[in-house]
Amino acid sequence: MSIPRRRFDALILGAGGAGLNAALRLASAELRVAVVSKVFPTRSHTVAAQGGVNAALANVLPDDWHWHMFDTVKGSDYLGDQDAIEYMCREAIPTVYELDHAGVPFSRLDNGKIYQRAFGGQSQSFGGDQAARTCAAADRTGHAILHTLYQQNIRARSHFFDEYFAVDLIKDDDGYVIGALVLDIESGEPLVIESKTTLVATGGFGQVFRTTTNAFINTGDGLAMALRIGVPLQDMEFYQFHPTGVAGKGMLITEGARGEGGYLVNGDGERFMERYAPKALDLAGRDVVARAIVTEIREGRGCGAARDHVLLKLDHLGREVVHHRLPGITDICQVFLGIDPAREPIPVFPTAHYAMGGIPTDRHARVVAPARHGPEEVVPGLYAAGECACVSVHGANRLGGNSLLDILVFGRAAAKDILDYVAENPNHRPLHDRYLEPARARLARWERRGDGESVHAVKAELRKLMEDHCGVFRDEDTMASGVERLDALRGRVIENVRLRDQSRTFNTARIEALELDNLVDVGMATLVSALYRQESRGAHSRVDFTERDDMHWMRHSLYSREDDRMDYKPVRTKPLTVESFPPKARVY
Amino acid sequence: MASKMVEVSVYRFHPERDNKPRMQTYQVDVQPGTMLREALLEIKAQDESFAFRHSCGEGVCGSDGMNVNGRNCLACITPVAELKQPIQVRPLPGRPVIRDLIVDMSQFYEQYRGVRPYLIRKDPLPEQEILQSPADRDALDGLYECILCGCCSTACPSFWWNPEKFHGPAALLQAWRFLADSRDQATDERLDGLEGPYKLFRCHTIMNCVEVCPKGLNPTKAIGRIKELMVEKSV
Repeated sequence: MSIPRRRFDALILGAGGAGLNAALRLASAELRVAVVSKVFPTRSHTVAAQGGVNAALANVLPDDWHWHMFDTVKGSDYLGDQDAIEYMCREAIPTVYELDHAGVPFSRLDNGKIYQRAFGGQSQSFGGDQAARTCAAADRTGHAILHTLYQQNIRARSHFFDEYFAVDLIKDDDGYVIGALVLDIESGEPLVIESKTTLVATGGFGQVFRTTTNAFINTGDGLAMALRIGVPLQDMEFYQFHPTGVAGKGMLITEGARGEGGYLVNGDGERFMERYAPKALDLAGRDVVARAIVTEIREGRGCGAARDHVLLKLDHLGREVVHHRLPGITDICQVFLGIDPAREPIPVFPTAHYAMGGIPTDRHARVVAPARHGPEEVVPGLYAAGECACVSVHGANRLGGNSLLDILVFGRAAAKDILDYVAENPNHRPLHDRYLEPARARLARWERRGDGESVHAVKAELRKLMEDHCGVFRDEDTMASGVERLDALRGRVIENVRLRDQSRTFNTARIEALELDNLVDVGMATLVSALYRQESRGAHSRVDFTERDDMHWMRHSLYSREDDRMDYKPVRTKPLTVESFPPKARVY
Repeated sequence: MASKMVEVSVYRFHPERDNKPRMQTYQVDVQPGTMLREALLEIKAQDESFAFRHSCGEGVCGSDGMNVNGRNCLACITPVAELKQPIQVRPLPGRPVIRDLIVDMSQFYEQYRGVRPYLIRKDPLPEQEILQSPADRDALDGLYECILCGCCSTACPSFWWNPEKFHGPAALLQAWRFLADSRDQATDERLDGLEGPYKLFRCHTIMNCVEVCPKGLNPTKAIGRIKELMVEKSV
């Protein structure tokens, strides 16, 4: 049976900040743009971002994009690519002004300018005093940005495929990506979207861990799609655990809470960050703070009856600051903990939050992969931006406030390059039915009937496995046995897991089965990459290799699905116009 | 922690199998603090054919609006312990049901798009931000936080009767959000667009919207402010 087809100039998979910002630029330039999203766009996980977006506007304290660049390079533990970081930090400033012009309801200072707060890892003058660089709409900045971008896309009349699930990318014999096979969730029918260009903007994969700040939809779909057409994933071992998830539950408590003056205490009532980061204290890098919390608990200084968390204190800030600047987390505390954070401290624990790694791209958001002429050859027609991509601006550890920035800057960079590409490649390339075979086979595999394990049970097992074998602190034995177990689980997913519900209409069980395939692939990429990297850098902390090893490991990892193979490529240490920041010991 | 069994009765309708909807009851093990979404996920673990929308689990994505014991709410921020048993879970009222708790929201989104929910600026744009005083910015509080869950509009009798003609509380809240924004420069066009007996004026201040909004917003008040502004402009 032949599958219906639609044709567009640009296909965007994912309707979070990266996808919507790209769509807006392209639709405004009168390209035919299709945005495919498995949820209605404003339900995308950008909506949950709280604290803000970094830009050196200098509205509150002196600032400079070059200081922002320094902080980002240092925060990345020198694994970030300095050309991309320079580009992002320079672009940050016009990007935020553009958001204001588009209607984002930023909080304001008395002089009418955008409110900026302190966030972790920010400094003035290359490592000096704390900076205030994070532009905020209270603590609902992601919501404000996502809704505004969707609204502007309504104005621009972008074409949305809401509640369509992307199954696989389509690659032709010459290696061009020429669209995707998608599934209309409501009807259950497949659709081929032919496109001259395809932007993967599907976000992160926090659902691979049991306790996460991420939404149910964050299942790494785009990353797994890239793996399946032979694109490796970069730096997957670097997964950020946010220091302040609600203990045992996982809801995010923004770093902005510490930016507004909150601090952490252990079971002895001690402000323990003084021992780990004497200068930056609670606003050290997220990896540093997360390790400090886990160390306190491991050494018996946790809080509560089980001594299994620490406390985030905000009660000294006063009701006005807490309720006015942090209304969203006030709600979360009231709903999920039954406390008012202006009066009582919040129990917190490091929680799986953000993937620094992803689909390798250059600073134009073009996907690059090793090929004949070197490790970074462009995959024609394919782009990636946002959390699913690895530009790499975050390196081994992302700074708070740089994620919203990343999605906006590189979503837009993708749009710019797509305009050029479509001008130079004005015609669709032929799409033969045989190119669809891998995607159809994947759908068919889930149509097998009979008894077997349930998707739900295996997914729960996978999430527990990743938490147990690939957490904040890692070592060879734990990870090696994790890879072994995951390999067995992967075999079961292919052979034994069955979908009981084979109906068509809005079959969410089918979607979850397809997502399970994706989670298994990104889980394996994460665990194998982590096992191979024998050093501690940024978010990757090994108890058996406790030091950073620039000599051997200042390089990017590349995981390929074929044979679970690892390759490596150099870090781009040369910025665009300024001097390189050479690696130094990273202290806060 | 002490767990206990609760009885949850959910609306089931599958267009490929059922001629008419039915209620199906499940026993679910809950802990203190369990939210309704988690209980529904437990039902889904027992019976994967049960379908509902959900995502963030913390009340910001707006996916899991549903009618619980006769009242619209977000499942992810509704504690099971606060609900009278057996818990009756139905789809948002007044919208066509696609399957189980999943309704067709297209009319709701259509009405939202109809109010031109985006900032319109006519002056040339400055190189920096458009200045806005903290007081002018505060005027947007209680408006911009809407998550488009649809709890309000699907609780509104005027929207039930005239979903094609009446914008409904969610869309009108956004209409006011842009009228109230000191940076917006399309007040006259916006007000002209709301003229006529239906789009705005079908609101009869029944206030179901205020009663159910899971974010504590007040669409009725916003609608009142639009009417006031219309009067002000016409004098």
